[in-house]
Amino acid sequence: MSDMIQIRDVSKVYRRGKQQVEVLHHINLDVESGDFLALMGPSGSGKTTLLNLIGGLDAPSSGSITVGGERIDRLGAGALARWRAAYVGFIFQFYNLMPTLSAQKNVELPLLLTKLGRAQRRKNAAIALQLVGLADRAAHKPGELSGGQQQRVAIARAIVSDPELLVCDEPTGDLDRQSAEEVLALLELLNREHGKTIVMVTHDPKAAEHAKHILHLDKGTLVEQVESDPARAEAARA
Amino acid sequence: MQRLKGFLLGTGLLLVVIAGIAGWLAMPWAGALGVAVLLALWMSFTRRGRQARSVAAVGLTTLPQRLGSSLVIVIGIAGVVGVLVALLAMAQGYRATLRKSGSTDTAIVLRGGSANEVSSVLGNDEINVIGDLPGVARDADGEPLISPEIVVAANLPLRDGGPDDLGSVQLRGVGPQAFAVRPNVELIDGRRFEPGLRELIAGTGARRQFAGLDVGNEIKLGSETWTVVGIFESGDSMQSEVWADAATVASAYRRGSSRTSVLARLTGVDAFDTFKAAVDGDARLSADTMTTLEYFEKQSSQMTTILRVVGMVVGAIMAIGAVFGALNCMFAAVAARAREIATLRAIGFRGLPVVIAVMLETMLLALAGGVIGGVIAWALFNGFTASTIAGGTGQLTFEFEVNPALLWTGIKWALAIGFVGGLYPAVRAATLPVTAALRES
Amino acid sequence: MKYLHLIRAALFRRKGRTFLTLISIMAAFLLFGMLNGVRQSFADAGKSAVGATRLQTTSRLSFIQPLPMSLAARIEQVDGVEEVTWANWFGGAYQEPSNQIFTFAVPPNYLDIYTEANVDQAARERFAATRTGLLVGKTLAERYQWKVGEQIPLLSNIFPNADGSKVWTFDIVGIMDTDDSFMSQTALLHWKYFDESNPYNQGQVGWYVSRIGDVEAADRIARDIDTISANSSHETKTQTEAAVTANWIKQTADITLITSSIMGAVFFTLLLLTGNTMAQAVRERTAELAVLKTIGFRDVPVLMMVLAESVSLILIGGVIGLGIVAVLGPVVDAMSGGIVNLPPVGWSSWALGIAIMVLIGLVVGAPPALRAMRLNVVDALAGR
Repeated sequence: MSDMIQIRDVSKVYRRGKQQVEVLHHINLDVESGDFLALMGPSGSGKTTLLNLIGGLDAPSSGSITVGGERIDRLGAGALARWRAAYVGFIFQFYNLMPTLSAQKNVELPLLLTKLGRAQRRKNAAIALQLVGLADRAAHKPGELSGGQQQRVAIARAIVSDPELLVCDEPTGDLDRQSAEEVLALLELLNREHGKTIVMVTHDPKAAEHAKHILHLDKGTLVEQVESDPARAEAARA
Repeated sequence: MQRLKGFLLGTGLLLVVIAGIAGWLAMPWAGALGVAVLLALWMSFTRRGRQARSVAAVGLTTLPQRLGSSLVIVIGIAGVVGVLVALLAMAQGYRATLRKSGSTDTAIVLRGGSANEVSSVLGNDEINVIGDLPGVARDADGEPLISPEIVVAANLPLRDGGPDDLGSVQLRGVGPQAFAVRPNVELIDGRRFEPGLRELIAGTGARRQFAGLDVGNEIKLGSETWTVVGIFESGDSMQSEVWADAATVASAYRRGSSRTSVLARLTGVDAFDTFKAAVDGDARLSADTMTTLEYFEKQSSQMTTILRVVGMVVGAIMAIGAVFGALNCMFAAVAARAREIATLRAIGFRGLPVVIAVMLETMLLALAGGVIGGVIAWALFNGFTASTIAGGTGQLTFEFEVNPALLWTGIKWALAIGFVGGLYPAVRAATLPVTAALRES
Repeated sequence: MKYLHLIRAALFRRKGRTFLTLISIMAAFLLFGMLNGVRQSFADAGKSAVGATRLQTTSRLSFIQPLPMSLAARIEQVDGVEEVTWANWFGGAYQEPSNQIFTFAVPPNYLDIYTEANVDQAARERFAATRTGLLVGKTLAERYQWKVGEQIPLLSNIFPNADGSKVWTFDIVGIMDTDDSFMSQTALLHWKYFDESNPYNQGQVGWYVSRIGDVEAADRIARDIDTISANSSHETKTQTEAAVTANWIKQTADITLITSSIMGAVFFTLLLLTGNTMAQAVRERTAELAVLKTIGFRDVPVLMMVLAESVSLILIGGVIGLGIVAVLGPVVDAMSGGIVNLPPVGWSSWALGIAIMVLIGLVVGAPPALRAMRLNVVDALAGR
């Protein structure tokens, strides 16, 4: 399979007051298309920074990032926004849904950036909601949904425009065990059945076990590359 | 049940507000001082008062962090008070100028039923009768101190207009005793006019409005040429006029021996009743008389009322806007401090001190706004000169007058706005369920 | 357009706050509607098309000085003058001397020149046939509940009647059903009756009004009229009606200055108030805006959305405020029986008002919109 993501010699330096902090230190990473990668590591290790770089939210201080054949480190802010709209779906720890909009309207949001008509937008959003099992909650506002349901709405929002890449930042961090398992199962389904490439940051080993690969970050460098054991993952779920 | 309670509370508050504002706006400054002293005593000597003080102190120390929205209250209220005070100052200045023109020891005699001098006519015989009536003061030579006067409107070019841009000035032809009847008229330049000559003297207000009213200048009234020989100042509405000899004016305006009015100096303030009885009782006269104070108050009352009503209406609508602005800001302030207020209540502070503290904060901001608005109105408009057509004939120049009473009115309005704007948020703060507020982030 | 529901959702995110802000905006534009109407009606006074076709001739000496009757025939001969009429100030009052009524004594052809009086043919015939006939304006008739056919006494505060008393009795013969607010409050009586009954008048005229055909020639005609009596004892001054009105208003008060100062203070305050509300509204939505940008919304649409939000906030409040004046203004006028006369909210007030709303909306929305546009997604998502 071809590489979905190619990261070459990427460093990221933040300026905090007078101090310069190097958050990522000469990272090299390849993620194949169709992979499900878990990024683990203690807080401050740079996992979220790396995820933001992959998702095109932030630019590296040096090095190159190619996603789906596009050198995203060279794109300007506007082009990057357009690129994100087309290729990346985002899932956050705190769901980040619009509290004033219904689930349906939340899912429709990314479609506003496409040329789709009103009826088509509504139809696509309904399909996405159906996929996450919340078709009956379309008219509810986020405040009327449980945490797990909200996160599933967020997943529907992330996949509604059919992006190739999903980036998830602690998607189960705010959920109870059972909801977390449902969300993870959903991500696995999207990876397996729909061929989405997923990069997920988590500090929860149980969540990481759902991934095909696990990478550990520590103090801005990748320390080991572990192949997750599908059999063990299966056993943990049973 | 909960709904009903909320509704009753809301209605009750509304009644409190209406009663409070009505009482407040009618209150003299002494009453307000009393309320302030009582509040200070309560806050120093009772347990709840001290609680209120400490809650208020916490709120006030966080004011700088909420500078933006605090400033909105202050400036919003300053705007209301500034406009209100400016409009009332206009009314005040207009009224004061006309009031100053009158006194209780001079009387004006007009033909019966005349609304003002221009619409009155008195014949020569009537004028002679008036001089002999009881109550009229006399000079050292025994001559009665009366001035038969003729008031007409004259067209003159306006100072800030083109040569054909005519304005209307009141031209008063006065009798030889006019300066004795009106001792406040003071010549500041030139000399008095000579009877029989086409000479005139101009008031300082008229000179400011019209072109060419300087000593030595010749001006045209219709087809005739008059010479300006003096400038006078009187501090009242007279200085918006141009004066000349009554007989000369009467001949220029083809009025013969008739005059429009007679101004009489009385022997004292208590002589008016005698004088009036004599005027009313004399069969040779069909004339009315009143003190000049009464006359000028009548002249100013309609305009003053209009200006005051306009000021109040504009002020009231602006105040509504400001109240809702203040409500918004104080609700936001209370929401931002919900946790802190809930904590205070959790450790045993009662509701009332919280209410008082929030109200105190709003009213302090309102007070600041009221003072700023008043000061701005005072700085911009006190002494500001305006002019209007008065008495239906000529331009009257007057100055805006921002006096302490007006400033006090402005501050009362400010505090009323602060009161309403603070009350509802204060009650919200005091009735917020403690547990919910503590959980709120 | 497809972002409309996002703007609406943002606007009513906190209903309480939006409601309070709307009332403030409403109050501001309520005032604007009233004051601008007043300013406009003063600015437009005398500017009507017919106003330019009428020349007023008064004594150069003073507007209260009468002119000789003989002048009428001579003015009629001036080249360009189509018809000449005249009027005298009567100075009437009803019941109390303080209830003053604008009353003029006029010849019958006055109504040919002042066609806006809108008197129907029957009433004109009655007026022509009745020596003591009186035509009254619509508003005036409503205020005192006068009916055609009624006999009313008017006090003149200047002129005595033939019997020496100042009470004149008139028969109301018609109503002037006019849209002109001044004329609607005036009463017209026969000049002949006035002249014959009043021992002081004796063939004198207060002022002349000439209708001219060519508006362009107004200045020349005015000069020609004034030349007739140049160097006589009764020199005249002739101006278009528009110029006369403008001059009076200028002398009464500087309405423009007063109203614009008040509106300036009102809008400055409003700017601050809504500015604060919008800043608050955007500040608490920081995370949501960051998500929008993450999903792929670009900077300009985010900027436009916040601007649209603040412009619509002001537009909603402003249109309600102006609407209240437009609807309630006539009601207040009617209830006060003509004492209060709020000018109607014309299209120019609407146009100016809406322009101001959009402008204030943009000014108020600009800082938070720029803030939203420049929002750093990474920092905002991390809650920094």
